[in-house]
Amino acid sequence: MATTYDKIQSTTLASAAASITFSSIPATYTDLRVVLTGTVNGDTAYMTFNSDTSALYSRTWMTGDGSGAYSGGGTNENNIRLAGLFTSLINTVPALITVDVFSYTGSTFKTCLTTLSVDKNGSGETAREVGLYRSTAAITTLTLNAGVSTYTTGTTATLYGILKA
Amino acid sequence: MPILGIIASSILTSSSSYESIATVTAAGGEASLIFSSIPSTYKHLQLRAIARDTSTSTGSTGYGLRLNADGGSNYTFHRLNGNGTSVTAAGSVSQSFLNVDQSSLGGSSTASVFAASIIDFHDYSSTTKNKTVRMFAGGDGNAAGGIYYLGLSSSVWLSNSAITSITIYAAQNAWAAGSTFALYGIKG
Repeated sequence: MATTYDKIQSTTLASAAASITFSSIPATYTDLRVVLTGTVNGDTAYMTFNSDTSALYSRTWMTGDGSGAYSGGGTNENNIRLAGLFTSLINTVPALITVDVFSYTGSTFKTCLTTLSVDKNGSGETAREVGLYRSTAAITTLTLNAGVSTYTTGTTATLYGILKA
Repeated sequence: MPILGIIASSILTSSSSYESIATVTAAGGEASLIFSSIPSTYKHLQLRAIARDTSTSTGSTGYGLRLNADGGSNYTFHRLNGNGTSVTAAGSVSQSFLNVDQSSLGGSSTASVFAASIIDFHDYSSTTKNKTVRMFAGGDGNAAGGIYYLGLSSSVWLSNSAITSITIYAAQNAWAAGSTFALYGIKG
């Protein structure tokens, strides 16, 4: 059996940064998976592909915040919003964000599934989202933005490649 | 002074705990696809898929699984679905399929878009336990031509048999070309 789950790139911030970029992503895998654990000095986190900030992104999400469950979405957006819908990521306890990007080198539009888990000892959120990037180009760069703010020191992000048979 | 951006380091490593077992890709028009002769050498299975069917639906559909070709009323589920406006919860017993909601898009939905799904089969080779399955799926077409959803669900197959085959049925019509299902084994 082939080994199929590889770490491609990883970083742990030694100082606050506005974004984390995985570049020169090899085309040798089928899917990508990002795991980010950290905090943001602001409210939100975003993701873009291939440094493309045109209005080619959309998303549908649902979330629970301890008192209710909600769903929403957005079309023709400039990025995929990963967090900050209901709960700020400003916290000393890290949030966990995962992103699965399917068929990232394929000739179809790119669908991704994301999760957000954050608990602040009295408030928090567990969210799931499906995102779409309406481009047929292979993804070679993935950027995690902190909006107008920064990811804090110690935030860790890892990019994995998953290969099918 | 914050750093404005950081480029992640490039470190390539390998792991042998997550392995590809097999992949099936629809040529188009198949009512079902199958993984057979699944080895019992792993602890868990994971199915990762992109799917689209040939129905006339403009929105989200789904697919159904049968384990070991069991067509009896031996599947149950609890689920959460989000449609961009509200969240609904449901559950049922005595199902003849293991339903994976919101895991496919209809053939009349936005072109070139496939729904995605990740399904985990826990302790699949046990001969003393029923089989618990966890699913996360969704499809988004920029809201053009339909309503789009995502779903989160858990199911159980009321059988103590080891899972040796998984058959994947399009919920509506047949699979569109390019629908791809990749099965992985996770070591314990």
